[in-house]
Amino acid sequence: MREFLRTRGSGKLADNFFSAAMATCASSVLAIVIFIGVILVLRSQLSLHAFGWKFFVQSSWDPVSGQFGALPFIYGTLVTSFLALLMAVPLALGVAIFLTELCPNFLRAPISFLTELLAAIPSVVYGLWAFFVLVPLVRDQLGPFLVKYLGWTGFFDGPNFGVGMLPASIILAIMILPIISSLTREVMMAVPINQREAMLALGATRWEMIRTGVIRNARIGIVGAVILGLGRALGETIAVTMVIGNHPDIAKSLFAPGYTLASAIANQFSEATGDLYLSALIEVGLALFLVTIVVNAIARLLVWAVTRGAPARVH
Amino acid sequence: MATQPIPAQHIPRQPDSRTRVNRVFRQGIDHLVTGLAILATVLVLIPLAAILIYLLYKGFSSLNLAFFTKIPAPVGETGGGMANAIVGSGAILALASLIGIPIGIAAGVYLAEFGQGKTFGTLIRFTADVLNGVPSIVMGIAAYSLIVAHQKHFSGFAGGIALAIMMVPTISRTTEEMLATVPHSIREAAYGLGIPKWRVVLSVSLRTASTGIITGCMLAFARVAGETAPLLFTALGNQFWSLNLNEPMAALPLQIYVYALSPYDDWHRLAWAGALVLIVMIMVSVTLVRIFAHRGTLKGGQ
Repeated sequence: MREFLRTRGSGKLADNFFSAAMATCASSVLAIVIFIGVILVLRSQLSLHAFGWKFFVQSSWDPVSGQFGALPFIYGTLVTSFLALLMAVPLALGVAIFLTELCPNFLRAPISFLTELLAAIPSVVYGLWAFFVLVPLVRDQLGPFLVKYLGWTGFFDGPNFGVGMLPASIILAIMILPIISSLTREVMMAVPINQREAMLALGATRWEMIRTGVIRNARIGIVGAVILGLGRALGETIAVTMVIGNHPDIAKSLFAPGYTLASAIANQFSEATGDLYLSALIEVGLALFLVTIVVNAIARLLVWAVTRGAPARVH
Repeated sequence: MATQPIPAQHIPRQPDSRTRVNRVFRQGIDHLVTGLAILATVLVLIPLAAILIYLLYKGFSSLNLAFFTKIPAPVGETGGGMANAIVGSGAILALASLIGIPIGIAAGVYLAEFGQGKTFGTLIRFTADVLNGVPSIVMGIAAYSLIVAHQKHFSGFAGGIALAIMMVPTISRTTEEMLATVPHSIREAAYGLGIPKWRVVLSVSLRTASTGIITGCMLAFARVAGETAPLLFTALGNQFWSLNLNEPMAALPLQIYVYALSPYDDWHRLAWAGALVLIVMIMVSVTLVRIFAHRGTLKGGQ
């Protein structure tokens, strides 16, 4: 027997080779991130030198005179993402609570399947729908309604073309809903069942059980899920480009057309003439890259903090 | 040690009015929140239903045979189809899968079988999660800077690379998760037979987890199949037949994007038909693979 094993060899060489190959592929993930960062910095060298930090606080974006300031894009990105979160988070929480705690068993699978289906629809299809259905809806129904009842806030001044920040926020909210609700659901399911039982045994109603037994335990993870949704909203490109109106101006009104970082790149990149223009757009991309990396890193750490101890679920 | 009996008078027999109000109030809140949660779920399902129904209605009414067999008609002429875009999408996606799937699976194997508990493994896992959240348009710029700017012309190849980069983190994380569900006793049995580790990984772990891994690959595929942003300035799009990966290539999502924003009604019609075809392609491929993957494989980790 021993003789036989010796003739076969230990396979150490093959083993080492295999593990090295796997490790190489794994490190390619890290290499990709570093590589993207490096190449974006290199390519935006020109605009980095020309404008420095002022790039992010200047509000004029004028390719003709060579003035590039990204503030309108940053403003548009922040406003649309914030509004999208405002709409999506309560709904996503409601869906997650319904699916984990209240839903009768036979409805659970189909409803969670349907919400996941929302995530499988490509961005361009959302954009198509928003462009042909949502924009007229905002122009003819939602817009006048908002002016009538919320006009005094000043957020709904000016002409309403249908395209603008408002429809962009709405379509963003629809798009980030599934990711927030499915992650929140995951985090809430990681809360041990005996927490719930203990709360109920103490005489709590179901909502009190959810609030003190489930949400309070899962709050870090829920915040993580929301931030992850924010990361998605910040970087969403095509659907937003199709409905935001693409106009580099800072306006208080939500009817006004705007621009986001991502839509500026999508809309102008292929027609960018001149090296400075191109490098300014790549710098916008660099800013987007860094912001989403930071946002995602924070979100992942928060989600991990909650779900790490949870038993692996069997699908 | 005798336990003290609880004095009976401390338990209120008849709840006084304050506790009753309290209880009614609490139950009212309970019902209110239940109602709100149900309302939220309904509100979420409405746009989904609206999008799908409108898409089916618009898509089917504008779909015809020419859509699958003809290339786009020149501006001003009606008719034409997106045959070149469908083929182009297929070619770009095949290239992306060819590069992205092996690297993704290998990275997942490393994370699950070699990198458990190592700092490097955790770092890679974290980076993969972060890379997953990087906007697709940034991948487009990266591919542009890497390939298009050097070659001085747009190409389907660059689009494929951008999509491949997007596939890697998703696939590696699902592969890792699936391998983690393979019971250790199966691996130990293989080691006990004197099989080297690489062979155990290939023929035991991966084989057992193959159902989940294939599903993960399909999900990653479905995700990149609908991506437009990374193709905007890599594959660029093309109005004619192009099967050369070294040239600008048409892709279905790109064509939908361009046609939707065009001023022509006939192009809008084609955009709806394209969106329907795209969604159906994604859904059918995901479902088919799920059905086939469930057959004839060892069920692990139950």
